[in-house]
Amino acid sequence: MKKIAVIGGGVAGLEVAKQLLQANIPVTLIEQSSKIGGNIKNYAYLFPDFYNAEELLNSYHYLITDPNLQLLLNTEVAKIDFSKKIYNILTKDGISIPADAIVIATGYNTFDARLKEEFGYGIYENVITSVQLEQMFKNKDIKTPSGKIPERIGFIHCVGSRDAKVGNTYCSRLCCVTAIKQAIETKKLLPSVEIFCFYIDLRMYGLLFEDLYLSAQRDYNIQFVRGRLSEASEMMDKRIQIKAEDTLIGKPLQMSADMIVLMVGMEASDFSKQFKYHNGLDVNEHGFFNPINPHNLRNLTSKDGIFLAGTAIGPMSVGETLDHARGTALSVLSFIKAN
Amino acid sequence: MEATNKQINNKIYWRDYVKDIPKNDYFFFRSCIRQTFFPGAEQMFLNILKNNLNINYKDDPNLTTCTGIGYHSDIIPLETIHTIVARHFSLMNESGYSNFVISCVTTFGVMTEALNTWHEFPETLEKTRENLYKTTGRTFEPPKAIAHASDIIYLYRNEIANQLKYRLTNQYTGEPLKVVDHVGCHYAKIFPQHGVGGAEFPKVLSEMVNAWGGEIIDYPARRHCCGFGFRQYFIKESRGYSLTHSQTKFESMEPYHPDFIITNCPGCNMFMDRWQYVIQETTGKTYSEDDNGIPVLTYEEIAALLLGYDPIEIGLFMHQTNVLPLLEKLGIDFDKEQFIAMRAESMQLQPQM
Repeated sequence: MKKIAVIGGGVAGLEVAKQLLQANIPVTLIEQSSKIGGNIKNYAYLFPDFYNAEELLNSYHYLITDPNLQLLLNTEVAKIDFSKKIYNILTKDGISIPADAIVIATGYNTFDARLKEEFGYGIYENVITSVQLEQMFKNKDIKTPSGKIPERIGFIHCVGSRDAKVGNTYCSRLCCVTAIKQAIETKKLLPSVEIFCFYIDLRMYGLLFEDLYLSAQRDYNIQFVRGRLSEASEMMDKRIQIKAEDTLIGKPLQMSADMIVLMVGMEASDFSKQFKYHNGLDVNEHGFFNPINPHNLRNLTSKDGIFLAGTAIGPMSVGETLDHARGTALSVLSFIKAN
Repeated sequence: MEATNKQINNKIYWRDYVKDIPKNDYFFFRSCIRQTFFPGAEQMFLNILKNNLNINYKDDPNLTTCTGIGYHSDIIPLETIHTIVARHFSLMNESGYSNFVISCVTTFGVMTEALNTWHEFPETLEKTRENLYKTTGRTFEPPKAIAHASDIIYLYRNEIANQLKYRLTNQYTGEPLKVVDHVGCHYAKIFPQHGVGGAEFPKVLSEMVNAWGGEIIDYPARRHCCGFGFRQYFIKESRGYSLTHSQTKFESMEPYHPDFIITNCPGCNMFMDRWQYVIQETTGKTYSEDDNGIPVLTYEEIAALLLGYDPIEIGLFMHQTNVLPLLEKLGIDFDKEQFIAMRAESMQLQPQM
């Protein structure tokens, strides 16, 4: 029986494991944290339909008891030895895991907003990230870090995306619709709050995303300002003063908000960044793994038996990630059959 | 990911960044406008180097303006300013020095920009060499290190602190003085790596204030332009923009009751000082509790004052927003009557708006 290892216990890794287990293929699933789920653990609801993220994650929990699954939590991969036909995964704890095929499903990091010092994250207490706001949705309690129920919130799009200054020139794709989803969720919890979204473009690429955008304006009175923030500063009462240019009317703008939410983009995971230097797999200029091509060989790498799944290759929604992971599982099955 | 703001509070990426600042043997480049408005400031820098820090420097009388003001007003073409910068470097080469220390933030911006342009586009360096040779017969090599004079005082802030006669303390209350720092735009906003602490929160001045016993105020318009903005000021019809920007800053800092403003740029110092006076004269509005206005001083003036240099020798009577209340707050020992007389004389000589 071929040994299959999946690195990463987020939804991509879980979906690959699920598909392989359904085909009676034993899987070793390696997860660096103490729980499965990856980034989705941080989300309350998913766009565009506000599907409960926890419910989606729970749908994978039955896998944990599958006798064909070897789940290694708190296990970090240090290196993969490609020198022999059976690959060898070396963990940081010194464990050696042999594998005929490896699926890399190491996901993404969110952008470290402290790199945009001009927005004051980590400096001013009422500047938070979209990840922190999502946690508030989970608790159903929207308060500024100062403890106030906000009357006005600014959502700042493209933080760490399309920004040469921080070295990320690509579009993270999902932050626009996430901002709109979060703005609507906020309005549902706090109907009287004023919300202003500051955007460069609104990239509503998915089916129903545009409808969500329309609904945000029509049904929730969320304001959209086309303009990038120049800076955020703290006022005496801890509110945040923001400066931007409204590029539709061509005028500078200054306003205060009780809290601003930075829509942090997706970045390559630490795992893929490290591989760039140590393991010779193809990693692109943004740090994500490169598949052989982005069209019909989107799950494969240049190394036989090494596969890619989910956001390890670039920003994707949950739905896209699961589709990609299923494709990867199919590629693994083909590999097993051929070998 | 789930870290709170409090947990990450001490992790600001640029906070610990300190550029490589040369320690001795400075080729000093003066500012043209500082010598007119606040001539004592530059002299104090040299006095502190010589008398308090025992540092060697060269003050070359053959240097000219950097033409930065003309450059930023589109009067001086790029090739011309490059050639002039090259001549200054040539004079430095001739003197045997290689650490170029600049008094003016605009000049600092001009020189770092020229060095960066030559690095990114080597053909412009060759063209500059050719232009310099054709016009003056000179050759040149860029400096090994380039620093703003405030970098030097920042570097030696603790040595200065050890020699202080006075500290930034209110003698009446014993409380630390509250200080607004204003760092010139061309110090770090063009090239963050050339500023101590980067572009957004440069600490070149704030760390001096902390070392000398003061307390820095972070207020909403901290990073707002001082109001100089070359084009806004040089075109007389646009001076309202200049004044408006300064006013924005004053209104923003006023609720924090600052005791004084510290700057490292001639333009910032000049305009924040003068526009307060203009606002006071035209509207009666002042931004301090004592109706005096908020004194605006350069870092060398503050250092010299705390080290015990005479306020008259420093030239503090030439400031338009009166420094006298600050001197009294600090408990400085000086000839008050002479200071008042010299200030009155100086104010009569000020150009009319």
